[in-house]
Amino acid sequence: MAKSRTRDRMKNEINAGSMADIAFLLLIFFLVTTEIVDDKGLRVNLPPWSDEPPPELEFAKNNVYSILVNSNNQLLVDGELMEVARLRQGVVDFITNNGRNPAWSDNPQDAIVSIQNDRGTNYETYIEVYNEVRGAYNELWERAARDRFNVGYEPNAMTREQTDYLKKTFPINLSEAEPTAFGDEG
Amino acid sequence: MSKFKKNRGKSDPAISTASLPDIIFMLLFFFMVVTVLREDELLVRVRIPSATELTKIEDKSLVNNIHIGQPVAQNQAIYGTSPRIQLNDKIIENSSLGSEIAKFLAEKRSELTESERSRMTNALKVDEQATVGIVEDVKVELRKNNSYRLMYSTNLRTGKLE
Repeated sequence: MAKSRTRDRMKNEINAGSMADIAFLLLIFFLVTTEIVDDKGLRVNLPPWSDEPPPELEFAKNNVYSILVNSNNQLLVDGELMEVARLRQGVVDFITNNGRNPAWSDNPQDAIVSIQNDRGTNYETYIEVYNEVRGAYNELWERAARDRFNVGYEPNAMTREQTDYLKKTFPINLSEAEPTAFGDEG
Repeated sequence: MSKFKKNRGKSDPAISTASLPDIIFMLLFFFMVVTVLREDELLVRVRIPSATELTKIEDKSLVNNIHIGQPVAQNQAIYGTSPRIQLNDKIIENSSLGSEIAKFLAEKRSELTESERSRMTNALKVDEQATVGIVEDVKVELRKNNSYRLMYSTNLRTGKLE
């Protein structure tokens, strides 16, 4: 008799009301402990290494936009002190000069941007400078893509021909010299 | 007119919460699937800089992380306070940088198939207070070992440059 009573009780369903709470707890635990690592940043292709010193190439001085960064994180651009914030516009103006200003490039194809840092330059400044130069090229590519194809520059949505056209119109002639070793390293 | 009245009378005021656990479980599974657990413990402090012209890496299995930064407080007694390089889960000696990088890359290459090797990317996670010198040394070693695809890991900067 007593047995049947127990069996009766067992027919009851498990209360699922607290299930949500348990799931919530688990959810919060995972939210707190996991860290979404997304890999994003500035892509670069390094040049191959060669033991010989690079060949001496002669370029017309006006076609080279030289950016020197010292160990105090100051910029010397074509012989003048400059703020990083003004660099992007400077690069754009230099590349699209087309011979108007004799001190700047003759045409975008010949324009070279040269960056040289010091071994003591802060990495943060290095990235800022590099980012601004890349930003200038992206701006030009965006502009060219709008003019020619009437679409914004979108690396993954462009056809091969479109990218080739952009590369020909505004080739990225970016040269990074070996850093100087005047300043102190941290 | 009467239609509306009838409907209102019939409706049950209590919302059923029976499907709530299912919804939460779905959320839970979503988070469990999308999150990647960090495999190596950081021995150096790395606060990566910010930039705007970012690219995202499609395939995470092809990325090798190289951390550069000041050793964390409990390691400073051994490794000092100037920026050091961490490969896998140990801080390497600056004097043996060349051989360590070669070993590191060989190990990573052996994990990949032939076709994937050419798409292998090295992600430099460098503290913003580190200097260009140590980064340059690493870059030279990577070039010597024919690994040319590089990424400077950065956050997205939303504000303007000061």
